[in-house]
Amino acid sequence: MTAVVMRLPGVLRPYADGRSSVEVEADGVQTVGDVLARVEADHPALGRRLRDEQGAVRRHVNVYVDGADIRHSQQLETPVGPGAEIVVVPAVSGG
Amino acid sequence: MSGVVVLVGTRKGLVVARSDDRVTYEVDPIAFGMNAVASVGFDDRGPTPRLFAAARSEHWGPSLFHSDDLGATWSEPGAAPIAFPEGSGAALEQVWQVVPGPRNQPGVVYAGVEPSALFRSDDGGVTFALVDGLWDHPHRPTWQPGAGGQCLHTVVPHPTDLDRVLVAMSTGGVYRTTDSGASWAPSNDGVKAYFLPDPYPEYGQCVHRVASHPEAPDQLFLQNHHGVYRSDDGGDSWQSIAEGLPADFGFPVVVHPHRPGTAYLFPLTADGDRMPPDRQFRVYRTEDAGSTWTPLSDGLPDGPYHAAVLRDAMCTDTDDPAGIYLGTRAGELYASADEGDHWNLVVEHLPDVLSVRALSV
Repeated sequence: MTAVVMRLPGVLRPYADGRSSVEVEADGVQTVGDVLARVEADHPALGRRLRDEQGAVRRHVNVYVDGADIRHSQQLETPVGPGAEIVVVPAVSGG
Repeated sequence: MSGVVVLVGTRKGLVVARSDDRVTYEVDPIAFGMNAVASVGFDDRGPTPRLFAAARSEHWGPSLFHSDDLGATWSEPGAAPIAFPEGSGAALEQVWQVVPGPRNQPGVVYAGVEPSALFRSDDGGVTFALVDGLWDHPHRPTWQPGAGGQCLHTVVPHPTDLDRVLVAMSTGGVYRTTDSGASWAPSNDGVKAYFLPDPYPEYGQCVHRVASHPEAPDQLFLQNHHGVYRSDDGGDSWQSIAEGLPADFGFPVVVHPHRPGTAYLFPLTADGDRMPPDRQFRVYRTEDAGSTWTPLSDGLPDGPYHAAVLRDAMCTDTDDPAGIYLGTRAGELYASADEGDHWNLVVEHLPDVLSVRALSV
């Protein structure tokens, strides 16, 4: 398997042509930041909901790589290998 | 004209209230659910009015939507419609006001945002670019955020002189350009900043809102963080017009669509008591440019009332007689079809109202 899969919450699926996940070819992809850049190129309205215009992951967006929160790893530099699964989850916040 | 489309931005979405007679209203289901809609607007310069709604999700960030079918459907571009450029070090928090340019400048739409900056669109409000002249102003690092954030919340384009634009910030105060945004100068002479060591500084005031009428662009009304002022010289100087009001604190000020000397306020007791004076729900109207003020209450709640009206949550339509509209932080929309003499409750039990605009149709 050479693709990296990013799974999306329902509220974001309209920005990914209705799909529950998007795939990114693993060639040339080494980090979460690389994956997000590819996703942004393919789906800009999705990408800007995950990161602000300076590239920071939005405060209440949680990103997991193979089950681990990237905030507790290497943030956007967290390594991503072929077959990795990235999951985007809205944080529990708000009122 | 006698119909109206009222956009009501709330803490958790947008509702659109529609009326053919400004007496009975139908209210659409809430749109942009769970998004704070801090600013709404419209551009009625073209053959088809374009509506705007700035929606901000706590999770997914801000965006600006537009509608060319009176709110039936909404669109946004793929790329961010308003974004700070690479290298600026800033990211858009919220759009505070969307304002079309003058009638002789079709396509131009301004957006005031947080962090304090002005953006300009030349394609009718679909995509915007940062106005560098204000962003690069040497004062900017010293502007301090008010309770609502460091925001540029007010944009007043001159109705005929395309080079002139006035903006207001909390804090920072009023700034003006006379060269299409290339350079900006503070314009706060006479406006008090009681919270600073020098109470009358060149800039740094917490101005809450400035309004003017296109037929009298040099007459400006200003609701300050304590203080109500008028300028008769386009902002060169300001004089207090607070005498006769029960309090000089508040957020909105709107000007009558046809009579430049008529304006409306919603006073609150004080910075430390942001509720109506004596807990009485009252709109105040002047018909002589602030020399005297009259409370308006017919049809408004008459019991103790504790909610505020925010700076973008009061507006007029352009009908004659003028309609006045206000939304409360208690989630109500009130409307008057007779210039404020009588009021009706249009809708209640909304999330707290952040912004209201009324398009006569």
